[in-house]
Amino acid sequence: MEKTDKFVQIEDANMVFHTRKGAFHALRDINLNIAQGEFVSLIGHSGCGKSTLLNLVAGLLKPSNGVMLCAGREIKGPGPERAVVFQNHSLLPWLTCYDNVYLAVERVFAKQEKKSKLQERSKAALAMVGLAHAEHKYPGEISGGMKQRVGIARALAMEPQVLLMDEPFGALDALTRANLQDELIRIAGDIKSTVIMVTHDVDEAVLLSDRIVMMTNGPAATIGEILHVDLPRPRNRLELANDPRYHHFRSEVMTFLYQKQLRPAA
Amino acid sequence: MNTLKLHSKDWPAMEKNSSPAKAPNPLNLVMQVKTGSRLAVWLKDNIAVWLAPILGLILFIGLWDVISGTNHDLPGPAKTWESAKTLFAHPFYDNGPNDVGIGWNVLYSLKRVGTGFGMAALIGIPLGFMVGRFKFLFGMTSPIISLLRPVSPLAWLPIGLLVFKNTEPAAIWVIFISSIWPMIINTAVGVSKVPEDYMNVARVLNLSEWKIFTKILFPAVLPYMLTGVRLAIGVAWLVIVAAEMLTGGTGIGFWVWDEWNNLNVEHIIIAIFIVGIVGLILEQALIFIAKRFSYGEL
Repeated sequence: MEKTDKFVQIEDANMVFHTRKGAFHALRDINLNIAQGEFVSLIGHSGCGKSTLLNLVAGLLKPSNGVMLCAGREIKGPGPERAVVFQNHSLLPWLTCYDNVYLAVERVFAKQEKKSKLQERSKAALAMVGLAHAEHKYPGEISGGMKQRVGIARALAMEPQVLLMDEPFGALDALTRANLQDELIRIAGDIKSTVIMVTHDVDEAVLLSDRIVMMTNGPAATIGEILHVDLPRPRNRLELANDPRYHHFRSEVMTFLYQKQLRPAA
Repeated sequence: MNTLKLHSKDWPAMEKNSSPAKAPNPLNLVMQVKTGSRLAVWLKDNIAVWLAPILGLILFIGLWDVISGTNHDLPGPAKTWESAKTLFAHPFYDNGPNDVGIGWNVLYSLKRVGTGFGMAALIGIPLGFMVGRFKFLFGMTSPIISLLRPVSPLAWLPIGLLVFKNTEPAAIWVIFISSIWPMIINTAVGVSKVPEDYMNVARVLNLSEWKIFTKILFPAVLPYMLTGVRLAIGVAWLVIVAAEMLTGGTGIGFWVWDEWNNLNVEHIIIAIFIVGIVGLILEQALIFIAKRFSYGEL
């Protein structure tokens, strides 16, 4: 497919939830275009609807109005071409790591490929996240970081057009998180996939993203500012730590979050 | 979590199976010096586990002995034990209808429970899945289940006798109707408790209904379903004794009533123990199965 600047298109999207307490206007007038191969982060205070926006792209939610397109086609529901890495990994505990990945691979490729090829794909995906040795383990037997790796492997194994990540490292400790971020930099560089990631971690956003979409506080949250992070790739955590440009981007996001969108009682 | 584990390794005494050889715990060191063997530790760990139940049983039998001493109609433990020895010498004799060995009676009861319970499982579990999956069906069945569930199982016996014109299927019918509710309800609750995340995975992967059932729904519901099965078999075994008292012919319940008519109270007490022990075995067997199919927390 030709590389396009409008691979994911969101036009005038609004999201209103109808709850028992009445209508809740979560997202207002979202306009966003994401280019193919771009890494975009959604950042904002909790409750700003960034996960809702991700779920809209995933097709898990339907916008109250507005247009959502992916690769020129309307997003009508969830589908394997928009793989999701869930915050809490969502592995099926009764399947081994390998079987969790295989379930996804089988769904996407079983029609056109032989079983041996499917097995090969599953193993390759686990190897990509450094878990070839744990393929026969159950999710209950591995650490939180490893589970999240399997979740990423499952998503990547589907060869999605867009990889959607909902605070993928939010539940992990700082060291594990840094480790997985580094791997994600490497993997995203390898597969050149379009990535949309929800995060509340400023460093994570600057380190990984081409663009950071900063969202205003809810209710009726919308896109406040968009920051282009034109740091050269491949990026290295240690080198960037002393890079003034890195600190410039970081303070831009901080200023937005803690000055312009400060929550009185968060 | 990792730090917690490290700490507990630094303190072997905190771990359940700490062996004295590598334990710097002062208490264990003292034991080691005194006995010089692992036996002491093993005893220390196991006495509490076994001592309490054994003590409880001894106290129970003692109390029984005292009560039977004050009331001569009630046979004491020794008399019952003697009677049990002759009874269990020939558990499988067959002297024609209404006079078969205790083994046969238990097996007849188990067969009835198995049949009624099996049919209840065959209908109740799939029904539970459907009721749990489809809100409309839940709305339809909910009032009926709520109305019929609290009814005493024996109230169904006349209906069974009327419809089947025979005691055997009537008894099975009572087992069926009393054991179906826990299976429907627990399975349905299990389906409604399947984590939203798993269903989202199914939606993102766009899995077929069959795959959703085999890979997500069934394994997720299995622990709930097995709880329902366990409750159901408990109820079924509880009910069969009463049902057989009324229907007669064979079975442990009939035997209790028959021995009451013979005024053989020792046999009634033995029957109570048999019913208790068989019920315990059924329950433990299902707990064992349930443990095999429960998944560690994530």
